[in-house]
Amino acid sequence: MAEFIKCSGCGRVLFHTELMQSWKVCGHCGWHHRLSARERIEATFDPGTFEELDADLVSVDPLGFPEYREKLAAAEQKTGLRDAIVSGMARLDGLPVSVAVSDFAFMGGSMGSVAGEKIVRSLERAAERRCAAIQFCASGGARMQEGMLSLMQLPKTNAGVQRCRDAGVPYIAVFTDPTMAGVLASYASVADVILAEPRAMVGFAGARVSKQAGVGKVPDDFQMAEFAHKHGFIDRIVARGELRDVLAALVRILGARCYAG
Amino acid sequence: MPAKTWKEWEGPVLELQDGIAKLRQMAAKEADSAKRKALESKIAEYEARLAKYIDTQYSQLGPWEKVLVARAEPRPYTLDFIQAICSEFIELEGDRRYGNDPAIVGGPAVFRGRPIVILGHQKGRNIQQRQYRNFGMAKPEGYRKAIRLMQMADRFGLPVVALLDTPAADPGVDSESRGISEAIADSILTMLGLRVPTVAAVIGEGGSGGAIGIGVGNHVLMLEHAVYSVIPPEGCAAILWRQPERGDEAAAALRLTAQSAMELGLIDRIVPEPKGGAHRAPDVAALSLGDELERSLKELSGLTPEELREQRYRKYRSMGVFGTAG
Repeated sequence: MAEFIKCSGCGRVLFHTELMQSWKVCGHCGWHHRLSARERIEATFDPGTFEELDADLVSVDPLGFPEYREKLAAAEQKTGLRDAIVSGMARLDGLPVSVAVSDFAFMGGSMGSVAGEKIVRSLERAAERRCAAIQFCASGGARMQEGMLSLMQLPKTNAGVQRCRDAGVPYIAVFTDPTMAGVLASYASVADVILAEPRAMVGFAGARVSKQAGVGKVPDDFQMAEFAHKHGFIDRIVARGELRDVLAALVRILGARCYAG
Repeated sequence: MPAKTWKEWEGPVLELQDGIAKLRQMAAKEADSAKRKALESKIAEYEARLAKYIDTQYSQLGPWEKVLVARAEPRPYTLDFIQAICSEFIELEGDRRYGNDPAIVGGPAVFRGRPIVILGHQKGRNIQQRQYRNFGMAKPEGYRKAIRLMQMADRFGLPVVALLDTPAADPGVDSESRGISEAIADSILTMLGLRVPTVAAVIGEGGSGGAIGIGVGNHVLMLEHAVYSVIPPEGCAAILWRQPERGDEAAAALRLTAQSAMELGLIDRIVPEPKGGAHRAPDVAALSLGDELERSLKELSGLTPEELREQRYRKYRSMGVFGTAG
């Protein structure tokens, strides 16, 4: 890891060690830099309580798609992960929660068969163990390289949400930069509570698609968490430093019945 | 260079058809019976040649050609199919939230004696109609209308039939403001939870989230030359190679045909199209679709409301192909 980092918000040069003390939020301008899945888990849950599950799932190349295997290998090399989701059980103020965190550094956090499977398993796990489900989203959308299979991860992940609703366990989604397209149009948008980090990109069609479709001038805050919040699709925008406490309170209150039983 | 549109690709056919039509006019006006006979035999010869050409062309459609055919303007659209297969149809408009989206149509109908709720994406054929239907790209209010209709079907125990034919959901500023992603996500979740039979059929373009938004079926059918894709092939080519004109290669890579969907286990049956595609004989195509829909509804009628919900859950829960390390 480099010793210095240039802030994406204000351009100031920041010490890496200093930046990590605030979980990558710039002390000058408040810019929230992206966290890896591991950093996110460390920043959010009770220390040492995360137990990773389903870590053995790996993407294959079901369509024989050009360059997919190479891209997977490169992403694995870069992140040390097998795919874009890290999931398992953790505790939040002592309460067990089922969590899945996407890592944008792994092929843009794109949702293919492995991500979909891990997400649905983590939602089902919450329903089975009667605890809250927390999903941290960071994804460009469905993984193109798995074609129709990745499109089918939209209903598949929603099936997990259905299980949570049937079981009466709360499901909270946190939109981090970016939460887009196929992920936003499935499990992310049907959570009981939706939180977002400031200035996270949140939207349906990526810039390239919009351009091809002839979408003209857009507002300055278009496809930002603040835009979605203004229009009623995000419940609260929460700064990273306060996220843990907000999540813990929601889990405790909404999950009162499941944790009591 | 591969053809870019259906018209371009079917160019030789359209020319030949034009030629035949002209010969017919000439033959009709011809007073001399010998000359008329000669013209008529010429027409018969051209028609045979045309039939043979269409036969060969359509028996070897590649993925890109299927994309072009699926987008073909004369191809039957949702309302054409509804009109052909339902004895009654009362279109209900409006989402009771914001407005009416003409890109998704639906309402109660009678299909071969059964009361159902039928809905689907609707494209337009001429410039005005295309604009009115927003090229079949639905906005949030379209999905919310679909949700409303499906919930109504659920209340009254009516099966839901959804016909999919859209390039994509509308990506504009308005749709984003009104929560297009949430509308699609909620529609998917609603459909998953229905306690009545649901049958989805891709009749033309199954365009990504916009299609799956109303595509969650106990059974999923695809017309023989329909396509179903996570991204338009041109968009895929633009991302992969920064060359949108290589859509034909991307179409092959995406495995977006009905035949591929069947191999991948993502659909239940392929609905055969008449020779030369659904647009050559819309009535035959409608009959064929009607038969397959009826078959699905019959098969599903034996399941209890809970079984229907559970079957749908298991079906989508199992979609995906992955491995385990070690």
